[in-house]
Amino acid sequence: MSVFLEGIAWLFSPDRLSGPNPLPERLAEHLGYTLLALVIAAVIAVPLGYLIGHTGRGRDLAVGLSGAARALPSLGLLFVLTLLVGIGDAPVAATIVFVVLGIPPILAGAYAGFESVDRRVVDAARSVGMTPLQVALRVEAPLGLPLLIAGVRSAALQIVSTAVLAAYVNLGGLGIYLQRGIQLRSYDEMIGGAIVVVLLAFAIDGFFALLQRLCTPAGVRVAGGAAQTTRGRRHRRPATPRGAAQ
Amino acid sequence: MTWILANLGLIGDLMLVHLRLSLIPVVVSILVAVPLGRLAHRVGWLRGGVLSVVGLLYTIPSLALITLLPPLLGTPVLSDVNVLVALGLYGVALLTRSVADAFDAVDADVVRSAMAVGYTPLRRFWTVELPLAVPVIVAGTRVVAVSTVSLVTVGALVGSRNLGSLFTDGLQRGIVPEIVAGIVATVVLALVLDLVIAAVGRALTPWARVSGTSGAARRASRRRAHRAEVPGTAAEDAVTGGGAA
Repeated sequence: MSVFLEGIAWLFSPDRLSGPNPLPERLAEHLGYTLLALVIAAVIAVPLGYLIGHTGRGRDLAVGLSGAARALPSLGLLFVLTLLVGIGDAPVAATIVFVVLGIPPILAGAYAGFESVDRRVVDAARSVGMTPLQVALRVEAPLGLPLLIAGVRSAALQIVSTAVLAAYVNLGGLGIYLQRGIQLRSYDEMIGGAIVVVLLAFAIDGFFALLQRLCTPAGVRVAGGAAQTTRGRRHRRPATPRGAAQ
Repeated sequence: MTWILANLGLIGDLMLVHLRLSLIPVVVSILVAVPLGRLAHRVGWLRGGVLSVVGLLYTIPSLALITLLPPLLGTPVLSDVNVLVALGLYGVALLTRSVADAFDAVDADVVRSAMAVGYTPLRRFWTVELPLAVPVIVAGTRVVAVSTVSLVTVGALVGSRNLGSLFTDGLQRGIVPEIVAGIVATVVLALVLDLVIAAVGRALTPWARVSGTSGAARRASRRRAHRAEVPGTAAEDAVTGGGAA
């Protein structure tokens, strides 16, 4: 246990602000990689996911994609891309890997959000004369927002975790403390670095959890649980006149 | 290509080691997650707590978890035990939720019928609820197995010898085919394990193939599997997974 105390002591040592690896700088790098990749992944995946969710086409492909992404070892992907583009362009390789890892959860969140919308609500929106685009942007998108954010949350955590490995292709980030600690057997640095990484992951998770709650429309918050469990059934059941009369 | 042909023996050897390192945490996580998930299903006030804790566990990045374990376990830093325990924890984190969902999905009328004809709680669990929960548990186990196989490679960074060693060695020596071979072997291993677990699941649920409920059960399990793939798909989930890389 004393190693933990040493790790914490390492964390609060004044050396963290100076020296070759200042903590704020590495933290900024780590967050920078994460944010950049997350934005690119979202720009690609959100419209695509909305399209899948709105039309119902290509869903199996998206599900298969997320399954395949899980099997891909991110460490190997990072290393092979770094070798292919050259170590000088390692940031490009790393960003590509992070984006690739971030796309499947955001895609899934986007189309799951659309699918979670009660079909009767969509029918109602159509019947009051909304165009398909209006239905998508003014009904399905806001109602599906919490699930989209859940997907972005998964993607962010995935990317933050993988960014720890960036240190192994000389890109710094918080992983550098783990890498140095393991290689140099300076366990206080290793533990201190690991603690920072864990705290960062928790902070990001908490941030998105809060965002998810804030973005849930009031009506959905009440019915959310029930809508979720009956989603599949509701989907296949067309809105009956009796349902409409209620 | 020449590197791969010259090192087929090494790749095969590492695949076997890798398989062993993957199977242990998967089996352990089933043994831990089934009782834990069942508990979360049965005891209402425990559910939120248990699922939050396992959810939080899953957000911890794998390399950080592996390096935090030695002082907790008293193991050397470069020991396979740390990798196994870390992967076991991720497995439990993923699977506990699936198990709780699986028992939730068992038709309450069926459980009540079993009670009515005089099944003891223990017998009801083993002969009614558990078998009916199998499809969803199997779906969760498949997700755990695939991600475990992929995550084992991170262990190479702390000296564990597995297919990930091809990544570290390939990067150091600049051999692209070596890393590619490692990636392909990892994916193949994950797919094979996935298919084997799916086959075991089918063998355990022969009724799902014949009766009219099969379609519904399959759809339900697919839906659950899909949920497991998208941690946090459920709107009410306060905790999402998706860390662990």
